[in-house]
Amino acid sequence: MSLTNQVTAADILRISGVDASRCMQCGKCSGACPNYDEMDIPPHRFAIMVRQGRITELMESQAIYRCLSCFACSQRCPRNVEPAKLIEAVRLTVIRQKGQNHMKADSIPEKLDEKLPQQAIVSAMRKYSK
Amino acid sequence: MQKIGVFVCWCGSNIAATVDVKAVAEALKSEAGVVFSTDYQYMCSENGQAMIRQAIREHGLTGIVVCSCSPRMHEATFRKTAVSAGLNPYMVEIANIREQCSWIHKDMAEGTEKAIVLARAAVAKLHKNAPLTAGTSPVTKRALVIGGGIAGIQTALDVADAGFEVDIVEKAPTIGGRMAQLDKTFPTLDCSACILTPKMVEAAQHEKINIISYAELDSLSGFVGNFTATIRKKARYIDEDKCTGCGVCTEKCPSRKGLDDFNMKLNKRGAVYIPFAQAIPNVAVIDPEQCLKLRTGKCGLCQKVCSAKAVNFEQKDELIERQYGAIVVATGFKPIDASAFNEYAYNDSPDVVTSLEFERIMNAAGPTKGQLVRPSDREHPHEIVFIQCVGSRCTEDAEKGKPYCSKICCMYTAKHAMLVREKYPDVNVHVFYIDARTPGKNFDEFYRRAVEQYGVDYIKGMVGKVSVEGKKLHVQGSDLLNGEQVHINADMVVLATAIEPDPTARALGTMLTASMDTNDFFTEAHPKLRPVESPTAGVFLSGVAQGPKDIPETVAQAGAAAAKVIGLLCKNELTCNACVAHANEAACNGCSQCERVCPYGAISYEEREIRSPEFRGVRRIAVVNEAVCQGCGACTVTCPSAAMDLKGFTNSQIMSEVDAICR
Repeated sequence: MSLTNQVTAADILRISGVDASRCMQCGKCSGACPNYDEMDIPPHRFAIMVRQGRITELMESQAIYRCLSCFACSQRCPRNVEPAKLIEAVRLTVIRQKGQNHMKADSIPEKLDEKLPQQAIVSAMRKYSK
Repeated sequence: MQKIGVFVCWCGSNIAATVDVKAVAEALKSEAGVVFSTDYQYMCSENGQAMIRQAIREHGLTGIVVCSCSPRMHEATFRKTAVSAGLNPYMVEIANIREQCSWIHKDMAEGTEKAIVLARAAVAKLHKNAPLTAGTSPVTKRALVIGGGIAGIQTALDVADAGFEVDIVEKAPTIGGRMAQLDKTFPTLDCSACILTPKMVEAAQHEKINIISYAELDSLSGFVGNFTATIRKKARYIDEDKCTGCGVCTEKCPSRKGLDDFNMKLNKRGAVYIPFAQAIPNVAVIDPEQCLKLRTGKCGLCQKVCSAKAVNFEQKDELIERQYGAIVVATGFKPIDASAFNEYAYNDSPDVVTSLEFERIMNAAGPTKGQLVRPSDREHPHEIVFIQCVGSRCTEDAEKGKPYCSKICCMYTAKHAMLVREKYPDVNVHVFYIDARTPGKNFDEFYRRAVEQYGVDYIKGMVGKVSVEGKKLHVQGSDLLNGEQVHINADMVVLATAIEPDPTARALGTMLTASMDTNDFFTEAHPKLRPVESPTAGVFLSGVAQGPKDIPETVAQAGAAAAKVIGLLCKNELTCNACVAHANEAACNGCSQCERVCPYGAISYEEREIRSPEFRGVRRIAVVNEAVCQGCGACTVTCPSAAMDLKGFTNSQIMSEVDAICR
């Protein structure tokens, strides 16, 4: 199902409480990101794309699901921009739309694994679906 | 009854764009006492002032109201105009319709209404103005320079060369400051010590300069031209006059636990030490925290070996009281504490160093004799990573760091990178940077030389993490131009830590009543037009105490501060402020409250015989020293019996203004 609702940079600011225009593109967030190689849009580009209003591209990215929510980027940011909150806000605008749950209850049995703490599945459900 | 003239300035379009100046001039015509009212494009111009002079003569004005910019800007100008037309300068009132109306309002009707109200208030006040005469005070022809780094030394030399006495108070045992710690200086790579130490010697030998080292300002009173300073000369346990600086005591001292501050604590030193070979004064000092004799009463080896008999364990702090006409703040900076930046593993590895530590490692007189070695194992490094902007350019609400650019780091990092590549071509040097800021004569050429000629690898992007992996440091950072995350296994990491004002600056600012910004840099009287003066009269600023700057800029500012000091000390007397406090002897009951709040110590008491219809006898009355009073008004609001009043700003004048505004 395609995304129906338009989301603006102002929506992201309202949801995240983060002013992306404070970013000076130093790259410390992307330098800190432990999952950099998996992120199709790394944190520093995420911030500038929010500022440029390119929200649709971000909503269609894989980065919003691949971000580990470790908050290393937010913790290291010298200007308190908190890229993790921006990523979270964009993800929320996607999964809150109709039919956009990224993880469905049906898919849980196939994910079960002895080595995987069940808590991780619970938090993934919280993170990826309504 | 006063005959008042009102002059409304357009300030080009600064005022006229938001305030209907003609309407203001017209409205004021109907005010009581106003006999003339007009407007003009630039009232401060020669034509505008001529218009004021002409109106004063033609209409026999007894006072004028100028509706213009802030009185800080042009009150003095219009007072001079009034004087030249025969008026007392204190018969001039300014209604600030620029900063308080046009610059803050967008709507013309609102701006105009407020301008009229402010002008009416000024007219109401002027009705109660009386001519005032300012007194004079003498000028002590001696300057005090606080801080003996390159800024303080340069200011002192320039002031002394003009023939005035200068005292330099330096808190460290030697003058020289941060510059003495540096190896080479950008952009010419000349040796820092080679250009600084001759200046130190010149200052020491100058007949007009008196260096008071290992001392701090203890207290200060007085005002411009007449400061009284108490200087605490800390006990160094060595007689400065006897010590020859031979250094025998420093070699024999058995205590080896003290950390060498001059070498950024990279090595240990004895309890008795001379900071560095070219120290001035070249006199040893005993660290009481480390000295066995002072701590336990046993030892005293230094005393036994001293052939000059200079060691004196009985020495106490000494207080010196002196008068000064001007004070120069040259307290300099320190690098911020890098331990808050543990994402760069500063606390985890001795091989992560700050730039100033690196400076000492590269210095021929430093702890490694200039050999580039890793602090952990003294091995030669092959891969060095420099990280810029550590703690600079952070927002105020960020967890740590400073909001400003520290200005000098881009250049000294290029210098370090170049020096390493020049001396050790086998070492790979990487510099992570956000922006390379190189404005300055020959600065960008210098930085490009590091890249093009010396092959320094500049990577645009910040480091996110440094972790210790065995003997190596794993550096993970961004390469923004290539859109990649980079990983480097480094042997050393150098942090270009932000600089901050010396920690003594805040207390000093309070003592001098000199204003500071939120980062503890001293504020200048005007950011563009009075950059070397503090808003506090008689206090001048030199060097990084005012804001981050490099050596050429510091020396230029030091000279500028000296010129201002000389301009002040040349005068034989200063005109005092005429708007001073005054006690009404009939109302004063001698309660002493005003004396307690006066920040300048201007109020004393005398027993005075009163012969009035209501009271006969002797009463204790407050007396204001008009030369000392700065007209701050603290006493007038404190006085419980309204006996204290400020000339030019009397209680009744202020109430008239309020009444006019509320009318």
